[in-house]
Amino acid sequence: MPHPDTIDGPNPWPADKRYPPHHTFGPPVIAEIRERAELGRYPIRGWGARRAVPDFDDLLLLTASASRYPLEGYRERCDTRTVLGARRAARPVVLDIPITIAGMSFGSLSAPAKEALGRAASLVGTSTTTGDGGMTPEERSASTTLVYQCLPSRYGFNPVDLRAADAVEIVLGQGAKPGGGGMLLGQKVGARVAGMRTLPEGVDQRSASRHPDWTGPDDLKIKIEEIREVTDWQVPVYVKIGATRVDHDVRLAVAAGADVVVVDGMQGGTGATQDAFIEHTGIPTLAAVRLAAEALADLRLTGDVGLIISGGVRTGADVAKALALGADAVSLGVAPLVALGCNAPTYRRLAARTDGAGGSGGPGDEPAAAFAGVEVDVTTEYAALGTAAGHCTHCHTGRCPVGVTTQDDELAARLDPELGAHRVANYLRALAMETAMLARACGKSDVHRLEPEDLVALTVEAAAMAGVPLAGTDWIPGR
Amino acid sequence: MGKLTGAVRGTDTADTADTADTATAGAAAGDGAAGGEPGELVLDLAEMPTRQVNAALRALPDGARARLVNPAGRHNLAVGLSRAVRVTVAGPAGYYVGGLGEAAEVTVDGPVGWGAGENLMSGTVRVRGAASQSAAASAHGGLVVVEGDASLRAGISLKGGRLAVAGDVGRYCAFLAQAGTILVGGDAGDALGDSLYEAVIYVAGRVRGLGTDARISDLTDADVAAVRALAAQAGFDHVDPENVTRVASARQLYHFDTAHHGAY
Repeated sequence: MPHPDTIDGPNPWPADKRYPPHHTFGPPVIAEIRERAELGRYPIRGWGARRAVPDFDDLLLLTASASRYPLEGYRERCDTRTVLGARRAARPVVLDIPITIAGMSFGSLSAPAKEALGRAASLVGTSTTTGDGGMTPEERSASTTLVYQCLPSRYGFNPVDLRAADAVEIVLGQGAKPGGGGMLLGQKVGARVAGMRTLPEGVDQRSASRHPDWTGPDDLKIKIEEIREVTDWQVPVYVKIGATRVDHDVRLAVAAGADVVVVDGMQGGTGATQDAFIEHTGIPTLAAVRLAAEALADLRLTGDVGLIISGGVRTGADVAKALALGADAVSLGVAPLVALGCNAPTYRRLAARTDGAGGSGGPGDEPAAAFAGVEVDVTTEYAALGTAAGHCTHCHTGRCPVGVTTQDDELAARLDPELGAHRVANYLRALAMETAMLARACGKSDVHRLEPEDLVALTVEAAAMAGVPLAGTDWIPGR
Repeated sequence: MGKLTGAVRGTDTADTADTADTATAGAAAGDGAAGGEPGELVLDLAEMPTRQVNAALRALPDGARARLVNPAGRHNLAVGLSRAVRVTVAGPAGYYVGGLGEAAEVTVDGPVGWGAGENLMSGTVRVRGAASQSAAASAHGGLVVVEGDASLRAGISLKGGRLAVAGDVGRYCAFLAQAGTILVGGDAGDALGDSLYEAVIYVAGRVRGLGTDARISDLTDADVAAVRALAAQAGFDHVDPENVTRVASARQLYHFDTAHHGAY
């Protein structure tokens, strides 16, 4: 280890190598303290936790060998059909794949982004979800299966849209900020967003963290009954929680009558939240899925009450592992945005179409050639925000260079909904194929037959959180 | 769902007669004997689950009337109605009575639980008694009238609807209310109008305390006219429109500012 200057002369090491890095007050911490001192506020940003926590990468699948027979990877069928909410609803949600799109608001996202997500979900036979601020007509018409959120703010919430929904999700919290309310800074509260939310245009919207007309699980039970009455018991009612006291919260949600429990781990994203919330609240998705699945199993409701897991799901391997741990489906937020073009160094300016393809309301699942155009470099615009492509979490500014998280008309126009839908649908299909491929290799003809026994952990921490053995052992810490 | 066991009498339209298919035991036409008026569908809640009650109400055509007897504080009565029907709840109701409604007129002859008329879009919910917490929560339109007192957080998150309370309101009335009008015929508790946006509150009695970013402002001719109209519609003859306290947002907390930290 290098030493400071001594009486024998100057230290030969360069100044920045002379001392070991300070763990407690490292350069990022110093920068944050200086920022708070300079501006008198805390950092706000988009996306989920940056810190490294045990996640699905810390698990491995035990695929088949002598003791298990694999299915033919490119020959034998592996079912991905997923049914949610069949317990009470006359019309349960039936999906072709166990991969859904999470609730993200129009306001946080641009109208083209919301439309693209709806189209993509429809193309691959899955659901998308509204968000704080209500349902837009474009989103409803683009989405075959649309989950309508009932949030504490109740912005834009109304019985017409409620009855037009395919499921209702009562949101108690989200993984990025369990216990916190919504946030949409004034630069994104344009005329349409403000109108939908009944807010003054340009206000820094900080919405409620508790519902206005109920508190506690006994009240929630009555609220769920009200939603069922208004929707004539036709559609499932989901309850979404941010992952904190998962065991208790899942049990209470079930007792209140939830058909589906959505558990959002701390890696779950946000459009704008205080950094302190994002990095320091909740528990990792890996721990949350196991706790939720075990709570349902203890209640003997596995399969009857659906479990959707979200927060940091990126790949088909993540999906397979989440299903193996007990999820019925996963929900993605950040990843589909990246598929749309979030954090890309360019956006594509499409060539004028003369073939009649495209146009608002079209199916949008066209060959890639239909989306020929010019890639427009926007690296300087990222730089102007103080960030760079591949590192941007500046959704809160509303200045998204690729048109995903903005309400600026010029920026939003950079995202073509059909091209976006094409990309997201491709991405979701790839995930579904990866999931089925891994399930086949585990000898399963249905992805929902993956089980904890198919998993081992690479680290002690992951083994303890996921409740699966450390690789090469039969040891599950804490059991 | 079972079929109606008793005949519906006194109805004069085919549409109303169709409601027989959606009703069950416990439904009857009012002829006075069951406490209803001629032409009024009477539903006895002692014999009907909530789901069947609401299904029967939803099936009523515009202009129809219904009376719910023996409600016994039942939750979620007359929720999600979307036609111009008149429903009377003959006794106490529980949570969310008349909630998420459009066009209907719902009257409760008794006290109500939480969230009476919550998320109302249009129409009227009238409570001939006291209301528990969060009356008219997030109401986007329509009118909620409470002829007695209202508990905590009346008019919370109001989004354009109107709330008229004849008596007193508890703490945090109009918390986070975004748009609409609240008239309090009696006194208002602490933290009135906390974190208000553009909703306006009028109080005929005493204001115990204002919430964050709420302020008392001058009464204009337009305010007097609005109060007069609302009091008349609510049937409040004890409110003098020219002698109310107007409370609205000071609009000092609409944007983040370090200096606001101590304000909430």
